[in-house]
Amino acid sequence: MVTVLTESGEWPAAAAEASGDALWMSAREAEAATGWVAKPEGLCKGEICVPLPRGREQEFVRTGRMNLGALWRHLGHPVVHSARGDVWVLAQSARDRSASRQSLMAPDFTLPDAAGRQHSLSDHRGKKVLLVTWASW
Amino acid sequence: MWQTLHEELAGLNFMIIAVAMDSREGDPLPWIEAAKPTYVCLIDRDHRLADLYGVVNVPQAIWIDENGRIVRPAETAGAYEGFRRMNRATREMPEDVARTTAQARTTYLDAIRDWVRRGGASEHAFRPEEVRAHLPALNEDIATAQAMFRLGQFLIRRGEREEGDRWLGEASQRHPDSWCIWRQRAGVNDQGLAALPDFWQRVDALGDKRYYAHVDMKGMP
Repeated sequence: MVTVLTESGEWPAAAAEASGDALWMSAREAEAATGWVAKPEGLCKGEICVPLPRGREQEFVRTGRMNLGALWRHLGHPVVHSARGDVWVLAQSARDRSASRQSLMAPDFTLPDAAGRQHSLSDHRGKKVLLVTWASW
Repeated sequence: MWQTLHEELAGLNFMIIAVAMDSREGDPLPWIEAAKPTYVCLIDRDHRLADLYGVVNVPQAIWIDENGRIVRPAETAGAYEGFRRMNRATREMPEDVARTTAQARTTYLDAIRDWVRRGGASEHAFRPEEVRAHLPALNEDIATAQAMFRLGQFLIRRGEREEGDRWLGEASQRHPDSWCIWRQRAGVNDQGLAALPDFWQRVDALGDKRYYAHVDMKGMP
Protein backbone atom coordinates (compact mmCIF):
# COMPACT_ATOMS: atom_id res chain seq x y z
CA MET A 1 0.00 0.00 0.00
CA VAL A 2 1.30 3.43 -1.01
CA THR A 3 0.00 6.72 0.41
CA VAL A 4 0.16 9.71 -1.89
CA LEU A 5 0.02 13.22 -0.40
CA THR A 6 -1.16 15.85 -2.87
CA GLU A 7 -2.61 19.35 -2.86
CA SER A 8 -6.05 17.80 -2.45
CA GLY A 9 -5.24 15.52 0.50
CA GLU A 10 -3.99 12.06 1.46
CA TRP A 11 -4.72 9.26 -0.99
CA PRO A 12 -4.28 5.55 -0.31
CA ALA A 13 -3.26 3.87 -3.56
CA ALA A 14 -3.79 0.14 -3.24
CA ALA A 15 -2.69 -0.67 -6.78
CA ALA A 16 0.40 1.55 -6.79
CA GLU A 17 3.93 0.22 -7.26
CA ALA A 18 6.93 2.27 -6.30
CA SER A 19 10.46 1.49 -7.33
CA GLY A 20 13.28 4.02 -7.19
CA ASP A 21 11.97 7.30 -8.60
CA ALA A 22 9.04 5.64 -10.34
CA LEU A 23 5.55 5.66 -8.89
CA TRP A 24 3.19 3.66 -11.05
CA MET A 25 -0.47 4.15 -10.22
CA SER A 26 -3.64 2.89 -11.82
CA ALA A 27 -5.20 5.48 -14.10
CA ARG A 28 -8.20 5.70 -11.79
CA GLU A 29 -6.21 6.26 -8.60
CA ALA A 30 -3.88 8.70 -10.33
CA GLU A 31 -6.80 10.78 -11.51
CA ALA A 32 -8.47 10.78 -8.10
CA ALA A 33 -5.30 11.91 -6.32
CA THR A 34 -3.97 14.42 -8.85
CA GLY A 35 -6.52 15.09 -11.60
CA TRP A 36 -4.08 13.97 -14.32
CA VAL A 37 -5.35 11.60 -17.04
CA ALA A 38 -3.76 10.04 -20.13
CA LYS A 39 -5.24 11.18 -23.46
CA PRO A 40 -4.12 10.76 -27.07
CA GLU A 41 -2.58 14.28 -26.96
CA GLY A 42 -0.52 13.54 -23.85
CA LEU A 43 -1.11 13.80 -20.13
CA CYS A 44 -3.87 16.22 -19.24
CA LYS A 45 -5.30 17.96 -16.23
CA GLY A 46 -8.43 19.95 -16.98
CA GLU A 47 -7.67 22.19 -19.94
CA ILE A 48 -3.92 21.70 -19.74
CA CYS A 49 -2.21 18.95 -21.73
CA VAL A 50 1.48 18.09 -21.64
CA PRO A 51 2.79 16.18 -24.67
CA LEU A 52 5.03 13.27 -23.72
CA PRO A 53 8.64 13.36 -24.92
CA ARG A 54 8.79 11.40 -28.17
CA GLY A 55 10.23 7.93 -27.77
CA ARG A 56 9.95 8.12 -23.95
CA GLU A 57 6.19 7.60 -23.68
CA GLN A 58 6.75 4.25 -21.96
CA GLU A 59 8.39 6.04 -19.03
CA PHE A 60 5.12 7.84 -18.32
CA VAL A 61 2.22 5.70 -19.49
CA ARG A 62 1.66 1.98 -19.84
CA THR A 63 -1.60 0.16 -20.28
CA GLY A 64 -3.98 1.54 -17.69
CA ARG A 65 -1.14 2.94 -15.56
CA MET A 66 0.69 6.24 -15.13
CA ASN A 67 4.10 6.99 -13.62
CA LEU A 68 3.42 10.00 -11.41
CA GLY A 69 7.01 10.17 -10.20
CA ALA A 70 8.18 10.70 -13.78
CA LEU A 71 5.33 13.09 -14.56
CA TRP A 72 6.07 15.24 -11.51
CA ARG A 73 9.76 15.52 -12.37
CA HIS A 74 8.85 16.26 -16.00
CA LEU A 75 6.58 19.09 -14.80
CA GLY A 76 9.31 20.47 -12.53
CA HIS A 77 7.23 19.94 -9.39
CA PRO A 78 8.82 18.80 -6.12
CA VAL A 79 8.41 15.08 -5.49
CA VAL A 80 9.81 13.35 -2.42
CA HIS A 81 9.18 9.89 -1.02
CA SER A 82 10.00 7.82 2.05
CA ALA A 83 12.98 5.46 2.02
CA ARG A 84 10.66 2.49 1.61
CA GLY A 85 8.74 4.19 -1.20
CA ASP A 86 5.44 3.79 0.60
CA VAL A 87 4.74 7.51 1.16
CA TRP A 88 5.00 10.06 -1.65
CA VAL A 89 4.49 13.82 -1.61
CA LEU A 90 3.53 15.24 -5.00
CA ALA A 91 3.80 18.97 -4.40
CA GLN A 92 3.42 22.16 -6.43
CA SER A 93 6.38 23.98 -7.91
CA ALA A 94 7.32 27.46 -6.78
CA ARG A 95 6.80 28.63 -10.35
CA ASP A 96 3.16 27.50 -10.39
CA ARG A 97 2.54 28.67 -6.84
CA SER A 98 3.99 32.11 -7.63
CA ALA A 99 1.79 32.38 -10.68
CA SER A 100 -1.33 31.71 -8.63
CA ARG A 101 -0.16 34.09 -5.88
CA GLN A 102 -0.06 36.88 -8.48
CA SER A 103 -3.87 36.78 -8.66
CA LEU A 104 -3.85 38.02 -5.02
CA MET A 105 -6.86 35.83 -4.29
CA ALA A 106 -6.44 34.22 -0.87
CA PRO A 107 -5.93 30.51 -1.51
CA ASP A 108 -8.61 28.40 0.15
CA PHE A 109 -7.80 25.77 2.77
CA THR A 110 -9.67 23.49 5.11
CA LEU A 111 -8.34 22.85 8.62
CA PRO A 112 -9.79 21.34 11.81
CA ASP A 113 -10.57 23.20 15.04
CA ALA A 114 -9.75 21.77 18.48
CA ALA A 115 -12.92 19.66 18.39
CA GLY A 116 -11.99 18.21 15.01
CA ARG A 117 -14.60 20.18 13.08
CA GLN A 118 -13.42 21.26 9.62
CA HIS A 119 -13.44 24.94 8.59
CA SER A 120 -12.71 26.46 5.18
CA LEU A 121 -11.59 30.00 4.58
CA SER A 122 -14.14 30.26 1.77
CA ASP A 123 -16.97 29.74 4.29
CA HIS A 124 -16.31 33.32 5.39
CA ARG A 125 -16.33 35.14 2.07
CA GLY A 126 -18.11 38.48 2.53
CA LYS A 127 -16.22 39.33 5.73
CA LYS A 128 -12.85 40.89 6.28
CA VAL A 129 -10.58 38.20 7.71
CA LEU A 130 -7.46 38.53 9.81
CA LEU A 131 -5.74 35.19 9.27
CA VAL A 132 -3.18 35.02 12.06
CA THR A 133 -0.74 32.25 12.98
CA TRP A 134 0.51 31.31 16.43
CA ALA A 135 2.03 28.25 18.04
CA SER A 136 2.41 26.68 21.47
CA TRP A 137 6.20 26.51 21.11
CA MET B 1 -4.75 40.26 22.38
CA TRP B 2 -6.86 38.79 19.57
CA GLN B 3 -9.83 38.11 21.83
CA THR B 4 -10.11 41.81 22.77
CA LEU B 5 -9.80 42.89 19.15
CA HIS B 6 -12.33 40.29 18.07
CA GLU B 7 -14.87 41.54 20.60
CA GLU B 8 -14.23 45.16 19.74
CA LEU B 9 -14.65 44.71 15.97
CA ALA B 10 -17.12 41.84 15.82
CA GLY B 11 -20.01 44.04 14.68
CA LEU B 12 -18.05 45.40 11.70
CA ASN B 13 -18.18 42.45 9.33
CA PHE B 14 -14.75 41.34 10.48
CA MET B 15 -13.46 38.07 11.86
CA ILE B 16 -10.27 36.55 13.18
CA ILE B 17 -9.11 33.09 12.20
CA ALA B 18 -6.20 32.02 14.39
CA VAL B 19 -4.20 29.08 13.12
CA ALA B 20 -1.86 27.09 15.38
CA MET B 21 1.21 25.95 13.44
CA ASP B 22 1.64 22.97 15.72
CA SER B 23 2.52 19.59 14.31
CA ARG B 24 1.99 17.71 17.55
CA GLU B 25 -1.76 17.71 17.54
CA GLY B 26 -2.30 17.86 21.31
CA ASP B 27 0.11 20.74 21.89
CA PRO B 28 -2.14 23.73 21.20
CA LEU B 29 -5.16 22.31 23.03
CA PRO B 30 -4.31 23.46 26.60
CA TRP B 31 -3.58 26.95 25.24
CA ILE B 32 -6.87 27.09 23.39
CA GLU B 33 -8.73 25.87 26.48
CA ALA B 34 -7.04 28.44 28.71
CA ALA B 35 -7.68 31.37 26.34
CA LYS B 36 -11.31 30.36 25.71
CA PRO B 37 -11.36 32.28 22.44
CA THR B 38 -14.67 33.01 20.76
CA TYR B 39 -12.99 33.55 17.40
CA VAL B 40 -12.18 30.64 15.10
CA CYS B 41 -9.11 28.64 16.18
CA LEU B 42 -7.72 26.05 13.77
CA ILE B 43 -4.81 23.62 13.88
CA ASP B 44 -2.41 23.32 10.95
CA ARG B 45 -0.14 20.38 11.75
CA ASP B 46 1.21 20.08 8.17
CA HIS B 47 1.86 23.83 7.84
CA ARG B 48 -0.50 24.25 4.94
CA LEU B 49 -0.36 28.02 5.50
CA ALA B 50 3.40 27.97 4.98
CA ASP B 51 2.85 26.38 1.59
CA LEU B 52 -0.04 28.60 0.52
CA TYR B 53 0.85 31.94 2.09
CA GLY B 54 4.59 31.76 2.75
CA VAL B 55 4.32 31.85 6.53
CA VAL B 56 7.80 31.35 8.08
CA ASN B 57 7.31 32.36 11.71
CA VAL B 58 4.63 33.14 14.27
CA PRO B 59 2.88 35.42 14.80
CA GLN B 60 2.45 36.29 11.13
CA ALA B 61 -0.86 37.41 9.67
CA ILE B 62 -2.56 37.95 6.33
CA TRP B 63 -5.32 40.49 5.72
CA ILE B 64 -8.09 39.28 3.42
CA ASP B 65 -10.91 41.55 2.24
CA GLU B 66 -14.61 40.78 1.76
CA ASN B 67 -13.98 39.51 -1.79
CA GLY B 68 -11.31 37.07 -0.71
CA ARG B 69 -8.45 39.25 -1.95
CA ILE B 70 -5.24 39.62 -0.02
CA VAL B 71 -4.63 43.23 1.00
CA ARG B 72 -1.59 42.51 3.17
CA PRO B 73 0.38 39.30 2.57
CA ALA B 74 2.03 37.27 5.35
CA GLU B 75 3.97 39.54 7.70
CA THR B 76 4.87 39.86 11.36
CA ALA B 77 1.68 40.49 13.33
CA GLY B 78 2.47 43.06 15.99
CA ALA B 79 5.52 41.29 17.43
CA TYR B 80 8.90 42.90 18.03
CA GLU B 81 12.11 41.12 18.77
CA GLY B 82 12.66 42.72 22.13
CA PHE B 83 13.34 39.28 23.58
CA ARG B 84 16.75 39.37 21.90
CA ARG B 85 17.83 42.05 24.39
CA MET B 86 16.24 40.36 27.36
CA ASN B 87 18.45 39.29 30.25
CA ARG B 88 18.44 35.56 29.62
CA ALA B 89 18.94 34.63 33.26
CA THR B 90 16.35 36.92 34.86
CA ARG B 91 14.13 37.30 31.75
CA GLU B 92 14.10 41.05 32.48
CA MET B 93 13.58 43.45 29.60
CA PRO B 94 15.29 46.88 29.36
CA GLU B 95 12.66 49.61 29.58
CA ASP B 96 13.22 51.07 26.10
CA VAL B 97 12.79 47.61 24.60
CA ALA B 98 9.53 47.12 26.47
CA ARG B 99 8.32 50.47 25.07
CA THR B 100 9.29 49.54 21.49
CA THR B 101 7.56 46.18 21.87
CA ALA B 102 4.38 47.90 23.02
CA GLN B 103 4.64 50.36 20.14
CA ALA B 104 4.87 47.55 17.56
CA ARG B 105 1.81 45.92 18.99
CA THR B 106 -0.27 49.11 19.24
CA THR B 107 0.72 50.25 15.76
CA TYR B 108 -0.31 46.92 14.28
CA LEU B 109 -3.63 46.70 16.15
CA ASP B 110 -4.51 50.31 15.27
CA ALA B 111 -3.79 49.56 11.62
CA ILE B 112 -6.22 46.62 11.72
CA ARG B 113 -8.88 48.83 13.33
CA ASP B 114 -8.39 51.44 10.62
CA TRP B 115 -8.66 48.87 7.82
CA VAL B 116 -11.75 47.26 9.34
CA ARG B 117 -13.48 50.65 9.55
CA ARG B 118 -12.28 52.18 6.28
CA GLY B 119 -11.57 49.20 4.04
CA GLY B 120 -9.62 49.97 0.88
CA ALA B 121 -9.46 53.67 1.85
CA SER B 122 -7.22 52.77 4.78
CA GLU B 123 -3.57 53.67 4.18
CA HIS B 124 -2.69 50.27 5.60
CA ALA B 125 -4.56 48.31 2.93
CA PHE B 126 -2.05 47.75 0.14
CA ARG B 127 -3.00 48.40 -3.47
CA PRO B 128 -2.63 45.31 -5.71
CA GLU B 129 0.84 46.26 -6.98
CA GLU B 130 1.96 46.88 -3.39
CA VAL B 131 0.64 43.48 -2.32
CA ARG B 132 2.64 41.86 -5.14
CA ALA B 133 5.75 43.73 -4.09
CA HIS B 134 5.37 42.45 -0.52
CA LEU B 135 4.65 38.78 -1.32
CA PRO B 136 6.98 36.52 0.68
CA ALA B 137 9.94 34.83 -0.98
CA LEU B 138 9.25 31.65 -2.89
CA ASN B 139 11.67 29.48 -4.83
CA GLU B 140 12.06 25.80 -5.69
CA ASP B 141 14.11 25.09 -2.55
CA ILE B 142 11.29 26.47 -0.43
CA ALA B 143 8.67 24.47 -2.31
CA THR B 144 10.76 21.30 -1.92
CA ALA B 145 11.34 22.04 1.78
CA GLN B 146 7.59 22.24 2.38
CA ALA B 147 7.13 18.89 0.59
CA MET B 148 9.85 17.33 2.79
CA PHE B 149 8.24 18.81 5.89
CA ARG B 150 4.92 17.24 4.97
CA LEU B 151 6.54 13.86 4.34
CA GLY B 152 8.36 14.06 7.68
CA GLN B 153 5.18 14.94 9.57
CA PHE B 154 3.31 12.07 7.98
CA LEU B 155 6.03 9.57 8.94
CA ILE B 156 6.25 10.89 12.52
CA ARG B 157 2.50 10.58 12.95
CA ARG B 158 2.77 7.00 11.76
CA GLY B 159 5.40 6.27 14.37
CA GLU B 160 8.45 6.46 12.10
CA ARG B 161 10.13 9.20 14.09
CA GLU B 162 13.69 8.63 13.00
CA GLU B 163 13.08 8.95 9.29
CA GLY B 164 10.51 11.68 9.87
CA ASP B 165 13.00 13.77 11.85
CA ARG B 166 15.54 13.32 9.11
CA TRP B 167 13.09 14.84 6.59
CA LEU B 168 12.35 17.76 8.89
CA GLY B 169 16.09 18.35 9.18
CA GLU B 170 16.48 18.34 5.40
CA ALA B 171 13.50 20.67 5.07
CA SER B 172 15.06 23.09 7.54
CA GLN B 173 18.36 23.06 5.65
CA ARG B 174 16.59 23.81 2.37
CA HIS B 175 14.54 26.61 3.90
CA PRO B 176 16.65 28.03 6.73
CA ASP B 177 14.56 31.22 6.96
CA SER B 178 11.59 29.22 8.21
CA TRP B 179 11.41 29.24 11.99
CA CYS B 180 8.18 27.26 11.68
CA ILE B 181 10.06 24.30 10.22
CA TRP B 182 13.05 24.60 12.53
CA ARG B 183 11.02 24.94 15.71
CA GLN B 184 8.97 21.87 14.98
CA ARG B 185 12.12 19.83 15.61
CA ALA B 186 13.59 21.92 18.38
CA GLY B 187 13.56 20.82 21.97
CA VAL B 188 11.25 22.61 24.37
CA ASN B 189 11.94 23.75 27.93
CA ASP B 190 9.80 22.95 30.96
CA GLN B 191 7.36 25.69 29.98
CA GLY B 192 6.82 24.09 26.59
CA LEU B 193 8.75 26.88 24.87
CA ALA B 194 11.52 26.32 22.36
CA ALA B 195 13.97 28.49 24.29
CA LEU B 196 16.80 26.02 24.85
CA PRO B 197 20.43 26.93 24.06
CA ASP B 198 20.11 25.84 20.41
CA PHE B 199 17.33 28.37 19.95
CA TRP B 200 19.44 31.21 21.34
CA GLN B 201 22.37 30.08 19.22
CA ARG B 202 20.26 30.25 16.10
CA VAL B 203 18.85 33.65 17.08
CA ASP B 204 22.31 35.04 17.83
CA ALA B 205 23.52 33.78 14.45
CA LEU B 206 21.03 36.15 12.81
CA GLY B 207 23.33 39.06 13.64
CA ASP B 208 21.73 42.19 12.19
CA LYS B 209 18.98 40.21 10.52
CA ARG B 210 15.56 40.38 12.12
CA TYR B 211 13.94 37.44 13.83
CA TYR B 212 10.53 38.99 13.18
CA ALA B 213 10.80 40.45 9.68
CA HIS B 214 10.28 44.22 9.61
CA VAL B 215 6.76 45.30 8.67
CA ASP B 216 6.27 48.05 6.10
CA MET B 217 3.73 50.07 8.06
CA LYS B 218 3.75 53.70 9.18
CA GLY B 219 4.86 54.03 12.80
CA MET B 220 6.23 50.48 13.03
CA PRO B 221 9.58 50.21 14.83
